[in-house]
Amino acid sequence: MPQPGPGVPNLDLVIEAHGLAKRYRETIAVDSIDLAVRRGETFGLLGPNGAGKTTTILMLLGLTDATLGTVRVLGFDPQREPLQVKRRVGYMPDSVGFYDNLTARENLRYTARLAGVPREEVDGRIEAALARVDLASVADRRTGTFSHGMRRRLGLAEIVLKKAEIAILDEPTSGLDPQATHEILGMIHELKMSGVAVILSSHLLDQVQRICDRVALFNRGKIALLGTVPELAQKVLGGGHTTVVEADGANLAAILADIPGARRVVPGEGNVFRVLADRDLRNDVAQRVTAAGGRLLRLNVEEPSLDAIYRSYFETARRAA
Amino acid sequence: MPSIAATSKPPAARREGSPWTGLSAVFLKEFADHLSSARMRVLEWLVLLFGIAAVYTAIQDLRSVAAQDPFLFLRLFTLSRDPLPSFVGLLSFLIPLVSIGLGFDAINSEFNRRTMSRVLAQPIYRDALLFGKFLAALATIAVSLAALWLLIVGLGLLVLGVPPSGEEVIRGVIFLLAAIAYAAVWLAAAIFFSVVFRSAATSALCALGLWLLLSLLWPMLAQFIPQAVLPNDTMILFGIPSVEQLELQFTLARLSPNTLFGEIVQAMLNPSTRSLGLVFPQQLVGAVRGTPLPFTQSLLLVWPQLTALIAAAILIFSLTYVAFQRQEVRA
Repeated sequence: MPQPGPGVPNLDLVIEAHGLAKRYRETIAVDSIDLAVRRGETFGLLGPNGAGKTTTILMLLGLTDATLGTVRVLGFDPQREPLQVKRRVGYMPDSVGFYDNLTARENLRYTARLAGVPREEVDGRIEAALARVDLASVADRRTGTFSHGMRRRLGLAEIVLKKAEIAILDEPTSGLDPQATHEILGMIHELKMSGVAVILSSHLLDQVQRICDRVALFNRGKIALLGTVPELAQKVLGGGHTTVVEADGANLAAILADIPGARRVVPGEGNVFRVLADRDLRNDVAQRVTAAGGRLLRLNVEEPSLDAIYRSYFETARRAA
Repeated sequence: MPSIAATSKPPAARREGSPWTGLSAVFLKEFADHLSSARMRVLEWLVLLFGIAAVYTAIQDLRSVAAQDPFLFLRLFTLSRDPLPSFVGLLSFLIPLVSIGLGFDAINSEFNRRTMSRVLAQPIYRDALLFGKFLAALATIAVSLAALWLLIVGLGLLVLGVPPSGEEVIRGVIFLLAAIAYAAVWLAAAIFFSVVFRSAATSALCALGLWLLLSLLWPMLAQFIPQAVLPNDTMILFGIPSVEQLELQFTLARLSPNTLFGEIVQAMLNPSTRSLGLVFPQQLVGAVRGTPLPFTQSLLLVWPQLTALIAAAILIFSLTYVAFQRQEVRA
């Protein structure tokens, strides 16, 4: 990624961090990371627990001071101008909590006051935010009675209420049931569609893959990999296409191995084979299998999964260590 | 890549914006929380019942001496009859309890409810949160104390049928202010523990422990320590402490806010109090014993105690502030 020179604001980037590091007494939580998030993109922070994701988030918000390095969030320095940053950035912490003795509406009203929302706009914005996250019907219930999913949704409502330009979500779906997870992901997608840059940390990989444009893989305080999922796949899995073939009535293994460009043929269960190649082989496979009198049952290209990338990366890292 | 250990950031420039941004929001929310909380309701009833009981017995006694006493109204606060202590005696006992009750979970509850990082992610500084919480709790206590004070004066008016003199009112107001300052000290201490300890139970226990130490144990220690540090013949032979021992004893005792408050109350509500320390017979030459001091002289007498109470509150609050600023947001 091209990096703008010092002092030259890059309008396309909402977050820029250079050489960001955080040290707690003995341990180094974040070790000199570079990060850039573009306007309107969804950016995923991945990695095992303790890899430095939350610490990075807190530094971006100015909630904890960086030991080293520079950060610019919408052109502001979170350490020197934290109010400017926090006015424009919405944050939903890991397992977000609310004042249990207050209703959802009262909780949001407190946030609105703290955020300095103009008095005459408060009520209207609260209604709109509650409707957006589908909590309008329970607006006057105490949040003590809310489920985990409802709390997360209220957390998102807070971000909507603030009209944040950047939403930072720490583990937005951990501990939720599939239905609630689905709803939250839909709402995050809506946020993104309305032009908000979303940064989320998670270790639920398929979700991250589904909604993130780019991801950063954290390992021991460093960003090990950064890019789109196909880019990461290229780096970690060695790239290439995997074609899955299932067919009857032919000596499939021989036919497949014979295709020019096929690097490796991996037999699976029954008549299923995986063909690894540098290009898309679907057309060649179809022609050759039918020409040999086989009956094609299945033919598709396997998308590189973040899960495979993640496991492959950490296995390699462990072996190297 | 520069090593983290070797270099550190240059000192931060002045931060932008006012540290008081959001103070009123925090104050109003906490104030409303306190006023509507069940905990406050319990504490209020406790104070009210004890207060009325104490004043009622005082009134019983006062009726017989009404004619002779020029400071009838002040007696309402100070008279006691067994087994109940006087109203001020009760207050010096209950104020720390109420303050601790309102402050012991001020900060750690935000962590335990997981609201801290969410609130601090709003455009406010930590200053506003801490100060707002302190002010809201102090305002709650101040309102309760003022209401109680007015209630007693009203009760006195009704039952005794004599209006208080101007001087009595002024002395009473200073007593009220001292009570609020005393509450501020304990509130600051309670909030300090709520910052230091993540568990609300530990925080409450430590605050109550400190209170017991200062109110029960410390007066005794203040008596024994001088005898141990400054051994002296007259003490050993006649059991009479030397001047140095007494001076040290007073100094030590005044480290406790309870002593300071007690002395202010004594000088303010008993106008005949001439000194809060040692008095030698030669200093009393020409003095008419038992005559009251004018208000300004009494105020002069308690001025050091009053400022010391306020200073203690500010000092403890500053410690709390530093501890809170250094705390990491993540639990």
